[in-house]
Amino acid sequence: MAIQTKEITVNMGPQHPSTHGVLRLILKLDGERILSCEPQIGYLHRGVEKLCESKTWQQVVPITDRLDYLSCGCNNHAYAIAVEKLMDIQVPERADYLRVIVSELTRISSHLLWLATHALDIGAMTVCLYCLREREVILDYFEMLCGARLTVSYINIGGVRNDATKEFIEKTREFIEAFPKRIEEYNTLIMNNPIWLGRTKGIGVIPYAEAIDWGLTGGSLRGSGVNYDVRKAVPYSVYDRIDFDVPLGEAGDVYDRYTIRIEEMRQAGRIILQCIKELPDGPISIDLPNVTLPPKDRVTEDIQCMLQHFVLVSKGFEVPKGEVYVGSEAPKGELGFYIVSDGGQKPLRIKMRAPSFVNLQCLPRMCEGSMIADIVACIGSIDIVLGEVDR
Amino acid sequence: MTSEQVMDILRERYTEDVTDSGVSHGQSWVVVNRDRISAICNFLKESSDIRMDYLIDITAVDWHPRNPRFEVVYHLHSMSNGCRLRIKVPLEEEQAVPSVSWIWRTANWHEREVFDMFGIRFDMHPDLRRILMPDEWEGHPLRKDYPLEGPDWKFKPW
Repeated sequence: MAIQTKEITVNMGPQHPSTHGVLRLILKLDGERILSCEPQIGYLHRGVEKLCESKTWQQVVPITDRLDYLSCGCNNHAYAIAVEKLMDIQVPERADYLRVIVSELTRISSHLLWLATHALDIGAMTVCLYCLREREVILDYFEMLCGARLTVSYINIGGVRNDATKEFIEKTREFIEAFPKRIEEYNTLIMNNPIWLGRTKGIGVIPYAEAIDWGLTGGSLRGSGVNYDVRKAVPYSVYDRIDFDVPLGEAGDVYDRYTIRIEEMRQAGRIILQCIKELPDGPISIDLPNVTLPPKDRVTEDIQCMLQHFVLVSKGFEVPKGEVYVGSEAPKGELGFYIVSDGGQKPLRIKMRAPSFVNLQCLPRMCEGSMIADIVACIGSIDIVLGEVDR
Repeated sequence: MTSEQVMDILRERYTEDVTDSGVSHGQSWVVVNRDRISAICNFLKESSDIRMDYLIDITAVDWHPRNPRFEVVYHLHSMSNGCRLRIKVPLEEEQAVPSVSWIWRTANWHEREVFDMFGIRFDMHPDLRRILMPDEWEGHPLRKDYPLEGPDWKFKPW
């Protein structure tokens, strides 16, 4: 006689350490098997898009930091190139290279924290400590560069905020040159670990066609073998001049998504080294007095600069009428900004196409039918940040 | 196939439904009639040489007090051709749009978000509920006439 089990409903989150924030999942379970999973989001909804409509264009930059708060550099970058496209301005080359350096450093730091928490969720605690050690170094470099560690607001409309010192460039080069050895260290800890392989291989499989249908982006999409990276498909900044590979998975499981992000860290290092090598001298900000702030030391001496500073800070500048969608490859996937301007000093509408939002939607498909322990591996593998999901 | 060619095909095939089109900042866009949006999307996805199989985003813009008030905006991408297209659907206040969630599964949450934030209804959507705001919330925050402060809010000089 078959033993009858009763279906139970379990509420996972919103305060659960493995949901990477305030994600709430309503799980229907048959024993340890997941029958259905329903994500409930919105616990971190701060009305960011509404807030942007009452800020000047430049004031939106620090708000973008608060989307995916682990990859602020990339968020600033995405917003800045979108507004610049709308204004039809071209930033100086040095600024473009510095932007890419910061974006790629951000990518490494974001992936490091992802690996740390993902491994911790699955039970490999040592990796967490190793990853946070390297991430700390990157955050120190950000501090050296612009004074902030997390919410950098370094990239703004028209260029970057301040120039990189020689010390920053040298230290970054040293760090990146030594970094592949660090990745090997992480790999020795988990790559051949039978528990790790058992928990990740063949779990949360999303085949090629389904990954496109679900609109997955970033590492989650490439894990299923889809060759789509915004840096290659629609190149922005100086990515078209840089040589790098886009790693692709085959099986589309948790393990493939993990190997891809590991390889992405290596490629990010390659990109940074090329940028440092090619980094030209010159201005770091476009010379447009009605867009960029004057040099700070001149503000106290020159009445013209003081007026310019005052007008830009209090009133902002106008962006021509129009609309534009610009996507960029953030660590989590395609971060897109759809911006509509009515020609005023404030945006009419800013829509942030958040990669975590679309990736999270696929979670029920990944974990339904599998064991309850696998859901933690699946959440880790899609790499979500709730600040971006809820906005 | 480039975005311009896709626009030509659309204009030819749906002469009456494509009301406007153009290229701005190097990005192609078309304006289509509300009731044909899902047919056009399905054609763009299934047609063997266009194959716009990737739905990037669905969102809306509130042009209050202009009429028609809303604009629902779709961004499509083709994995095989690499071309992109923006589709815009003008909409009056009480009108609903046919859902495209049967074409792309990713449309489900995007449409729920548009419904939550703008109050735009999507016909034939499998599960049209609020997604970011609480279920019992009144009003739709991203509408331009949504109050920015509560009714009993008073300025208190300090």
